[in-house]
Formats: sequence, C-alpha cells, structure tokens
Amino acid sequence: MSNIPETGRTPRVQIRLVVIQVLVFSLFLTLGGRLWYIQIRNGQEYTDEAKNNHVQQVVQPAVRGSILDARGIPLADNETRLVVSASRTELMKMKDDGKGVLTRLAGVLGMKPKDVMDKVRLCDAKTPQPCWNGSPYQPIPVTDEATTQQALQIRERAEHFPGITAEPTAVRRYTGPGESNTAQVLGYLSPVTDEEITKAKDTDSPFLRSDQVGRSGIERTYDKELRGKAGVTRYEVDNLGRVIGQAAKDEAQPGANLVTSIDARVQGVAEYELSKAMKAARQELDRNTGEKYKADAGAVVVMENKTGRIVSMASQPTYDPNSWVGGISGKDYAKLTGKDSNYPLLNRAIQGQAAPGSIFKVVSSTAAVNAGYPFNGGYPCPSSYSVGGQVFKNFESKGYGSINLGRALEVSCDTVFYGLAHREWQKDGGIKPKKHTNDWFYKTAHQFGLGKETGIDLPNEVRGRVPDRQWKQSFWEANKDSWCKQGKKNGDYVEKIAYENCLEGNRMRAGDSVNYSIGQGDILVTPIQMATIYSAIANGGTLYNPTIGKAVISADGKSVQEIKPKSHGKLPMDARTRSQIDKALAGVTTRGSAAWRFGGWPQDEIPMHAKTGTAEVYGKQTTSWFVSYTEDYTIIMTIAQGGTGSGASGPAVRKIYEAMYGLDEKGGQDLKKALLPKPQTALPKIERDGSIEAPEIEPYKPAEEEPPAEDQQLAGAPARRD
Amino acid sequence: MAGTNGFSVSGYGPQRGGLWSQLSARDSVLRKLDWPLLLSAIALSLVGTLLVWSATRNRTALNQGDPYYFFFRHALNTGIGIVLMIGTIWLGHRTLRGAVPVLYGLSVVLVLLVLTPLGATINGAHAWIVIGGGFSLQPSEFVKITIILAMAMLLAARVDAGDQQHPDHRTVAKSLGFAVLPMVIVMLMPDLGSVMVMAVIVLGVLLASGASNRWILGLIGAGVIGAVTVTALGLLDEYQINRFAAFANPELDPAGVGYNTNQARIAIGSGGLTGTGLFKGSQTTGQFVPEQQTDFVFTVAGEELGFLGAGLILLLLGVVLWRACRIARETTELYGTIVAAGIIAWFAFQAFENIGMTLGIMPVAGLPLPFVSYGGTSMFAVWIAIGLLQSIRVQRPITA
Repeated sequence: MSNIPETGRTPRVQIRLVVIQVLVFSLFLTLGGRLWYIQIRNGQEYTDEAKNNHVQQVVQPAVRGSILDARGIPLADNETRLVVSASRTELMKMKDDGKGVLTRLAGVLGMKPKDVMDKVRLCDAKTPQPCWNGSPYQPIPVTDEATTQQALQIRERAEHFPGITAEPTAVRRYTGPGESNTAQVLGYLSPVTDEEITKAKDTDSPFLRSDQVGRSGIERTYDKELRGKAGVTRYEVDNLGRVIGQAAKDEAQPGANLVTSIDARVQGVAEYELSKAMKAARQELDRNTGEKYKADAGAVVVMENKTGRIVSMASQPTYDPNSWVGGISGKDYAKLTGKDSNYPLLNRAIQGQAAPGSIFKVVSSTAAVNAGYPFNGGYPCPSSYSVGGQVFKNFESKGYGSINLGRALEVSCDTVFYGLAHREWQKDGGIKPKKHTNDWFYKTAHQFGLGKETGIDLPNEVRGRVPDRQWKQSFWEANKDSWCKQGKKNGDYVEKIAYENCLEGNRMRAGDSVNYSIGQGDILVTPIQMATIYSAIANGGTLYNPTIGKAVISADGKSVQEIKPKSHGKLPMDARTRSQIDKALAGVTTRGSAAWRFGGWPQDEIPMHAKTGTAEVYGKQTTSWFVSYTEDYTIIMTIAQGGTGSGASGPAVRKIYEAMYGLDEKGGQDLKKALLPKPQTALPKIERDGSIEAPEIEPYKPAEEEPPAEDQQLAGAPARRD
Repeated sequence: MAGTNGFSVSGYGPQRGGLWSQLSARDSVLRKLDWPLLLSAIALSLVGTLLVWSATRNRTALNQGDPYYFFFRHALNTGIGIVLMIGTIWLGHRTLRGAVPVLYGLSVVLVLLVLTPLGATINGAHAWIVIGGGFSLQPSEFVKITIILAMAMLLAARVDAGDQQHPDHRTVAKSLGFAVLPMVIVMLMPDLGSVMVMAVIVLGVLLASGASNRWILGLIGAGVIGAVTVTALGLLDEYQINRFAAFANPELDPAGVGYNTNQARIAIGSGGLTGTGLFKGSQTTGQFVPEQQTDFVFTVAGEELGFLGAGLILLLLGVVLWRACRIARETTELYGTIVAAGIIAWFAFQAFENIGMTLGIMPVAGLPLPFVSYGGTSMFAVWIAIGLLQSIRVQRPITA
C-alpha cells in the first residue's frame, strides 16, 4: 500500500497481516466452491430429495375382490369388523415401551397381556409367530373381533390408550358356503413384507405398506387382480407432518372379483365324503400291519374333462382359513405348521405325492401298445412273476391265464405288466444298457405329463417323479456316499438295500423296471396329475392345464376377462387305443376291481369308468387311489395309509357322483336333486352395479343308510358321523 | 514517533463539541468512514432481516402468532447495532482503550453470572442471561470484544510507546492470561463454539501483534493438544461428540444428529442457481431445518435465493473482511492493527464455521452468522466491532 507507516510497524507484522488476508480469502473461496458444488453441480439430486421430504402419502386401502364359485356364491369376501390396532412408533416413545398401555388394552379386550404384546412385536429370524411381519410404521392389528362396547371404551378414554385405534375396517372373510371349506384352494393373506415392497417397487403393481398379500392358493395366484389399487393422496407437509397442501390424488380402485370353477355345493359334498371315507378307513383293519388304517391324509379332485376346470378340490387334514384373518395367533400357527400338525396347509391334491399303484397301468398299457404289443394280444397273467430270483406277486389280483391288456386293466393284473416291462428292459440291454435305449415305459410316462407340473393355477405345485435312468443316476450320485456308509452285505433289510444301492443304484435293474410298470417303487405322482391324465382319456386325449380361476370380473362389472382352458399336450395314444382303454376302464366298474362298489349304477345312462390303485409305501400302510370318470367329470380320491383303492375311496367317489347327477343308491336319477349334472358353462349374472348374483345354497345332506332316529340326532354334527 | 499520541489529532472525540458540527466539517467523520464496509454490513443485516422473516413466518410456536415478529425484531436489533456503532465511533477506540479494564471486568462478571442461577440454557448451551421482557443476553458475544481490546491494550502498549519493536514474552503471557480466564468460564457453560472463536481471535491477535513465532506455533500446538485432551478425558458433552460424529458421516443417523446437516444441505442444494424465491422454499416453509433463523439462516438464502443470493452473502462478508484487512494494514498504531486483526479473525472464522457447517464441510457448532443470523447480542457485538473498525480508520494518524 502507498502509506505504510514507519512507526510501530515492522515487516513481521506487515507480512503477517498479508498472511491473514490470504487465509481469509482462501476460506471464502472454499465456501464459494462448496456452494457451487452443492447448488449447481449436484443441485438436482438435492431438489429431488427435497421433494420426497415434503410429501406424505395417505393410503386408502382398496377393497379386495371376492372369490366366487361357478354360480356366483362368494367363497371369500370382505366384512366390516372393528379392528383394534396399536402403533409401534407411538408405543416405543413411552418409557416402558408401551407395556402399560398394552396391558390396559388386554384388560379391555379380555386377552392376556402377553398375547397382545406378542402380536405387536416385530418378526425376525428368532421370533416365533405371533409377530408382526409388516412395516413397523404401520398400525398393527391386535384384534379384529372387538365389540362395539370395547371400541367405545378405547375411544372414549383415548388418553389412557395413546397409540391405540379402534376403527371399522374391511377384513377378509372366508364364507364357507354350504359348509364347504375350500381352505387350501383359497389360500390366505398376510401383510406385505419389506422385501416384497422393495422387489415390486418398479413393477406396474407396486405394494403399499398397508397391503395384504395372498400367500397361498388362488389368493396368491390371482393376488394382483384381487388386490386392486389402493388410493393414495399425496399431501405436502411440513416437518411435523402438518398438511400445507395437496399434491396429487389417486382414487382407490377396488380389486376385481374372481369367478372360479369351484361349485360350492359339490365342494361341500367332496369334503364331506373325503372326511367320511378317511374316518371309515380308520375303522378297517390293515392285514399287513395288524393295526387299523391311519388314514392320516387325503385328497379329492373333481375336474371337468373337456376344459380342465376344477369343480372341487379338497385336502385333508384341513383348517379354518379364517384363522389367518387379522393376524394369526401363536396357538393357531403352531396347529397349522407344527411338527405334530400333519401340515394342514398343504394342498395334498397338488402337493401330496405318492406312488400311483395300479392307476398307473393306463400309462403302462399305452407304453406297451406304443412299443408294439397289440392291445388285444394275449399276455400271461400268472399269480406271480420271477425276475432274477426275486418273486413279484400279483397284488390285487389272482392268476387269469392269458388275457389281453384291456382285461389286465379291468382285473388289475400286475404280472401282465411285469412281463412286458421285463421284456422291454431286456431289449434295452438289461443291466448293461445299450447306447440308445427305448425306455418305452418311462418315455410314455413323460408324455403323459408325469414328472412335471400340470400348470394348475395354484402356487407351489409339486412335480412328482418318473424314476428313469437319468433320475437313477443323479439320485445315486447324490446318495451313494451315505448308502455306501450305511450298507452291509448281510445286514437287516435297510442295510441290505443300502448295500445294493451303493453298488449299482445308478443302474436300472430288472426289478426296478418291473415294479415301476405297475406304479410302485420310486415313481411319485400327484392326484392332480392323475386327474389330468384320466380326464384326457375321457375327453379324447387332450391334457388340460387344470384351472380354478374362470373369469376375472372388474368391480364395476364392466370388464369380464375369461380364463380360457389351456392344454399342455396330447396323450401319446391313437384313437383306437384310447377307446380300448376307455372300454376297459368301464369294465373295471362293471366286472373288474371296482365292480363291487358300483352295483346298481346306471351304466347305460351315465357310463362310469374307473381304476383302483393301492400303492406300497415303505414303512407305512398302503396309499389308496381311486380314479374315475364319466363323460363330463373326472373324480380322483386318494387316502394315505388308507388301504385299497376300491375299499377306502370307491364308495366316497360314488357318493359324489350321486350328488352331482342326482342319483339314488339304486341308480334312479332325479334331476331336481342333481347338483351339477352338466358342467356350469355360463358365468354368474352380473348386475348393473357390478355386483354378482348368488343363488341360495344349502349344506349337503347325504342320503342316509342309518336309521332315521340316529340321523336326526347327528344331523347337527355331520362331521362326527361314521 | 511523537505523532503516535492519538490525543494530538483533531476532529474526533466527545470532548470536542457536538456530533453534528463534526459531521458537517470538511474533514468530517462521515467522509472518513469506510463506506464499502458500512454499506456491506447494512446490506447483510437487511438480507438477514428477510431471511429471518422467511424462516419464522410459519413458526407459530416461536413467533407468538405474529409472522412479522422476527422481521421487526431483527430490524430493531440492526437499528440498535447501528446506534452502538455510531456510539463506538463517537467515543473512539482510543478513548475506549482507557476504559478497557472496566469493560473487560464487566464482561467477565457477566459471563460469570451465566453460571449462576440467573443463567439460562438455550439449545444445549448454557450461555444466556434472561433479562426479562423477552430479552436475553449472551455475554460471551461481548467477551469476544473485550478479549480483543484487553489483549490489544497490553500487547500494543509498549510497542506503540516506542519502547520495543515487538511485545516481549512477559507481555504476551500476560495478555494470554487475560484471554484464557473468560474462555475457561465460557467453556464451563458449555459454549464450545464461542471458545473456538475466541481461540481463533487470540491467534489473530497474536499474529498481528508481532509476537514471536514461537508463541504462534505454541498456541496452535496447545490448541491441538487441548482438543485431544478434552476429547480423551470425556470433557465434551454427548451432544458435542455426536455433532462431530455426524459431521464425519451425515448419514449416520438421519433422524437424529445427522438430521440438521442433512436437511440443511438438502435446503441449500435444492436452491439451484436462482433459488425458489423468497417464501417459496419448501424446506423453509416446511420447517425442515431446525434453528433456521439463527445458526442455519444461511440455508434460507441457499434455498430461496439460490447460488446468486447465497453467493451475494459470501461476497458482502468478503467485502467486510477485505475492508477490515485494509484498515488493519493501513493504521499506523499497533493497537488499532491488533483490534482490527482480532475482529477479522472473529468474523472470518465465525462466518466460515457457520456457513461451512450448513454446507457440510465443518462440524455443527452453535455460532451465528454475523449480521444475518437472528440474535440481539450477536448483532450488537458485530456492530460494535464495525464501530471499532471505523473508529480505527477515522482516527488514523495523519502523520502518514
């Protein structure tokens, strides 16, 4: 500067003042640079963040669509209940984490304080049900069965119940029309998890925190359609959440209604008859084990032959689907999933698998024909067949001399199939297989759709298993180590088997092939697979994907989307073979293994075809199979540890047909009593306002053999009648 | 050398007739005033008035239902500040030099009072004396001035008298003692932010005094050691440690400690080049930034006035400091140089810390932005400082 004084100032001070000035300006340059970086360079990022900051969503949940039976009767709908919910965020603000409030609440609701607290805790890996697996920021329902009195008590003394709300809310209701249950088919709902929200974030149907999601059954398959779209109002808010303006509003769109092919009446009959058949089986003595049959699980499917639509599907043991509504209690959850529960959540019609036994013989017959054995040729049916020193017995049958394949089906002669399978096995090279084997019996099974899903519109269908060479190899590779460790040449049965498996478990042995030809051994099928196969035989050879959903009807009734039948293939048989097998299966009911169960059946008016099966299960009692079809329907019933097919399931299946066709025991038909003599093709009538007309329904009253007095006495408790 | 006696210079001082006659004189105070400095300070205060208004318009819990409450209060504070500045110029920093022991003693008593039941805690800092009638005083703001004056008086006395070229060790040690006493008291409040400012003031003062480099380096070393010790011994409160932790990682706890810094940055970042316009910032309207009228007032500028507006504030502060630096360099007496340098250190550091924390480059500390932040005591203090700077300029010896 121009006027540097000479007094009191030294260069030291002067230099230092310059240093200070430089320092100050570099500080301000830093600030300016940083300001530019935040505002100009990264400004957009912060602008977006600011937007999120100021918008709060208020969600009006969409009413979930109803699930209707084929005639419009609701199987699942919604009802308004008083739901008492607790806000975790509020409770956690309290000194005792809300324990005091929850204890008071338990008092009002007449619940145990521990039960209430369990319901509002958050689920994690270590916390067993009951717990909350929804968002912790969302009110957690404590009960949906509050009385008006209880709700008033909570509301009027709001200061005693901070964070607790009691509000009428639409909750799912499984109506169980006509005493049907349909539990495993319908499935259930539970709150959406954080993971699912993240996953569905960028799809066209994102989840909201408050959403309930179908967890199994058609609730899950058709979740997107049923759920609708929650209404979201976005408010601009300040930091305390006070509304300072409305940003956007999307009206709630109620979910569509789903019409299914289920007929609630037939469902009721099928459930009743399955349960009754299982109870009857438990009274029977199993001559193999010397104990009564356990009959611990069973399934029945009624399917339309020409569409693959499911008229009825029941699985035992079963449960009350309403126990899931409003959060499941710990006791209920244990009952449904615990070790001793026998897993009632499983839909055994699509998730139960067992060896098919003799009902597999239609596959073997077709395989034989395709391999070049004429259907009407003569095949020896001795009482036993010996392969390499091992004797295979004719299980359900005696010796019949030389018979054709049709007769072999009728009387379920095992040895005919043993012989055929053995010859094919030898042709393929026996224990040292050729490079290119025919494997007719296995190939045909695959062509019938075994070993893979039928494609039914229910989640988690299992595939069963065709124990072909490929499977044997991979199974052996997976298990040989443990087999070789366990196996002993001269040990007990299990050890011997393990020893053999260790040595040559990867090879197709003669015994494997022979056993497989009659549906025993390692083969596994599901009831729905066999139903699909038999309905294909009935309809001329088309393998339909079984379907339960029939039409999706929008809430206003204006859009009706029919779900068309889909096929996944044709049976590998020509028309002649088909009609020969068809004839043989009719013979089963008139003069074959099921004839004793179908005395008096009007075979000329309603031709009945059937096949019985009894599958061996190592260490357990036999699985009973009974599959049958008429022109329009296939009905299959299976009972695990239930004895023989004709014994346990035959009469029950006949009862279902009788109810559907309006038959009495002597075969007289009364069409007025018939529930469904022809498949329901038309959709239920849709009213102008979108509501769907539902006919009245009455519970199934089985025609009784018992004296009338006892009948009256037990009428109120049909489940106990055996 | 003889010219360094300030009392021989004409055209100043209360003992020389009325203010008006001086103002109208040819070599009047008005003409000698550093106008860029004054106008920048006034502009900052006015911008501050708008920003404080915008930040508090909706804060009904604070403004007692009157949207203009803080607008008027800030304008009033500015007015009082300007009056205090005029008074300071009128008295002159050299006259005040004589009163320094009294002022210093008074300010120490005031900070001591804070530690008595008269003191009040606001925002975690026990730094206030409630006077009543809605007024409260933050004595640590005045201490900043009295530390500067006391140290300057001691350090400059023998140099300005021509006895020595630089203050000797004894003088430096003595002056440090005068600084440390109130700093310890403020530390006990605890008002860590103010202590930090005072430490930087001491550094600035020592630099300008020409004290030997050993003192400067020693002081910096002592600061570092002190900071380490304080942290190691756990003398800091939980909230103070958390502030530093949140500074290191703002995403640490976005709902808690990191909230302020996050929201502050969102506010500034969303302003862009030109801002949302006054009263139109959603972060500000939605009150997402806590303490937005005081410590975080810069975020209002960032959001509503954008890079241009916020940059203008930086520029105005820059002008204030540039003029202060000029004054420090151009005055011939060490006393004035030291006082100016102390004020520079004070303003520069406080502004840097305040704006830096809103931009996420400094940890959060409860310090107001000079002239802009709402707060009476702080406003009075910075205007008195402007008065001191002006007085140093006005009373510059004409010998040069």
